[in-house]
Amino acid sequence: MSEAIKAINLTKAFGKFVAVDHINFEVKEGEIFGFLGPNGAGKTTTIKMLTTVLKPTEGTAIVNGYDITKEPAKVRNSIGVVPQEFTADEDLTGWENMMLMAGLYGIKKDVAKERAKELLDMVELTQAMNRKVQTYSGGMRRRLEIAMSLISRPKILFLDEPTLGLDAQTRSAIWDYIMKLKKEYDMTIFVTTHYLEEADLYADRIAIIDHGKILAIGSPKELKESVGGDVITLNTSNDDEAMKLLQNLDGIIDIKKVDNMLRIKVKDGEEMAPKILERLIKSEVKVLKMSITEPTMDEVYMEYTGRKMRDEEADSKEVFALRRTLRRARG
Amino acid sequence: MVTEIKKKEEDIDRSPFHGLWTLTNRELKKWYKSAVILLLSIIQPIFWIALFGKAMNLQALFSGTTLSIPGLNIPKDIIDKIGQEILKQTFGTTDYFSYLAAGMLSFITLFTSMQSGMSMIWDRRLGVLDRLLTTPVSRSNIIISKVLSSVIRSLVQATIVLIVAVLLGMSFYPGINIFDFLGAYIALFLMSFGLSSLFLMIAIRASSWESQMAVMNLLNLPLLFTSNAFYPINSMPSWLKPVAEINPLTYSNAIIREMLLGIQTNLTIDFIYLTVFAIVLSIVGIILSWKYISS
Repeated sequence: MSEAIKAINLTKAFGKFVAVDHINFEVKEGEIFGFLGPNGAGKTTTIKMLTTVLKPTEGTAIVNGYDITKEPAKVRNSIGVVPQEFTADEDLTGWENMMLMAGLYGIKKDVAKERAKELLDMVELTQAMNRKVQTYSGGMRRRLEIAMSLISRPKILFLDEPTLGLDAQTRSAIWDYIMKLKKEYDMTIFVTTHYLEEADLYADRIAIIDHGKILAIGSPKELKESVGGDVITLNTSNDDEAMKLLQNLDGIIDIKKVDNMLRIKVKDGEEMAPKILERLIKSEVKVLKMSITEPTMDEVYMEYTGRKMRDEEADSKEVFALRRTLRRARG
Repeated sequence: MVTEIKKKEEDIDRSPFHGLWTLTNRELKKWYKSAVILLLSIIQPIFWIALFGKAMNLQALFSGTTLSIPGLNIPKDIIDKIGQEILKQTFGTTDYFSYLAAGMLSFITLFTSMQSGMSMIWDRRLGVLDRLLTTPVSRSNIIISKVLSSVIRSLVQATIVLIVAVLLGMSFYPGINIFDFLGAYIALFLMSFGLSSLFLMIAIRASSWESQMAVMNLLNLPLLFTSNAFYPINSMPSWLKPVAEINPLTYSNAIIREMLLGIQTNLTIDFIYLTVFAIVLSIVGIILSWKYISS
C-alpha cells in the first residue's frame, strides 16, 4: 500500500448546494499534499469528510487503509487533525490540554506524560506549558494545536489552514515545524491553504480545488509547466539573428522580441538554457545577459480558477477577526 | 518499528467508556476553577431563601400575633393554636421556611440543569466539537459527558443551598436518617438528568448563545411558579392544578419534603413519575443529540 489517502468520487451536498463534487485524488505515503483553493472552494468540507466529522453524500475515501464510511472509528484512531479554529481550551494550561487530548485517545497517563513532554519540547512550548492558553499568542496557539494532534502518534496529519491569520514570520515558523514533523515522524501530511506561496514552497504535490471540483493535481513544478513553462529572457549582440537561429529549436514554445530583449517561452528553463546558449555560441552570436523566470503559482492559479487569489485575502481576515471577537466574548 | 506499534496497542484504553470521564472532568474543571461563576450561580436561590423565606414568614403571621377580635375574648394560645393548624393543613408543617428551602433545592437543580447546553453551543461555534469528532471518543460519550457534568454540577449546587438553608434555620423532621437524604438526592438526580438531556438537545440545534438564553428564560420561571415550590397545589386555582401536576418540580419537591421534613406524600407515584420523566427525556435528548452530531 503506497497511498495514504484515496478519495473516490467523494461528494458532499448541503441541500441543493454541492460543496464537494465527485472528487478523486490520491495522497502518497510520506508526502506533503497541499489542498489549494479560495474560501468556500470545498477544502474544509473535504477535510471534514476525510477526518470523519461529516458523512459524504456520495462516494468515499480510504484513509490509512480504512474506509471513512464503513470504519470511521479506525480512521479516527490513525489520524491527527489540526482544525482551522483554535480548539485548545482557553481556561486550561497547555499541559492540561495535552493531557485532555491524551484522555480522548485513551492513552495511558505515564505514556501520555512522556509524549506530551517530548511534543511540547519540539514545538518549543515547554516554558509556557503551565500557563493558561488564553495568554498564548496566535503562533503559540497554533503550535500547541499541532502538538495536541500528535499525542496519538498519527500516521496522517490533517492541517486545515494552519497559517490562517498569522503574520508572515510566524507562518514560516509554523511551516518549519511541519517540515520537522515530516522528517522526524515520517508522517503523511494533508494540508489546506489559500496561500499560494506556501503551497509552492512546501508541498510535494498540490491539488487546486474550486467550486467543489479538483481542477489540477501535480507537483508545483508540473503545475507551473502545465500553464506554459518558464520564460528565458536574452540580451544578445544580434537579436534578429538569434531569433532566426532559435525559431526551430526543439522545446521552444514561443519567441518574441520585447523592449530590445528576446522573451522565449520554454517548457523547462533550466534544461533549455544551455541548449540555447550552445546554439547561439556556435553561430557566434554573443549573449550579453540571460535570465530564467519560472511562472509563479499566481499564474497557475489564475489559469485554472480564472481569478486572482488576492480577492480572497480580505475574507480570511474577516473570518479571523470574527473568531477573535468570539474568543474575547467568551473570556 | 514493529515493536513500537505493539507497544502502542498496549498503551491504549479502548473501553467503550474511554474519554467519558476526561470530557466530564473538562466541563467540571472550568466550573470549579472559576469561583466567581460558582458563587454567582448560587446567589439567586440563597436570596430566595434568605430574603423571601425569612421575610415572608407565614409562621410569624399566625403565631406570636397580638390579634384580638373586638367583642370576642379569645385567649391568645387558642389563636396561636388555630394559626398553627391552618399552617399545618396548608403546608403540612408549621415551619414555612423549611418548606420553602426544600423547594429551593429543586429550584437550583432546575436552573443549573437548564444550562447543560451552553457549553455545547460554544464547543460548536469555536470548532472544539469538530475536533472532538475526529478523536476516537464515541459520539455518545461526547453527549453523555455534557449531561453528566450538568447533573454533577446541579447536585453540588443543591448541596450548597441545603447547607446554607440549614445555617439559616431549616430544620429536618426528628428521626431523619441517611436514606432520607439519599431519597431526596435520587429525586434531584432524576429531574436533573431528564432536564439536562432535554436542554442539551435544544442547545445542540441552537444557532446562538442568545437563543438558548431565550429558551431558558421562557421556561424557568413558569416551571418554578407552576410547581409547589412556594405554595401547595391545594391552594392553586383549578386551572393551574393540572399544570402543576405534570410539572416534574412538583414531584421532586414532594419527595424532598417527605424525606427531609416528614410531610406525607405518595412516594411510589412520585418516584415513578420522576423516573419515567428522566428516562423519556434522556432517551429522546441523548438520541436526538447523538443523531445530530453523527450526521
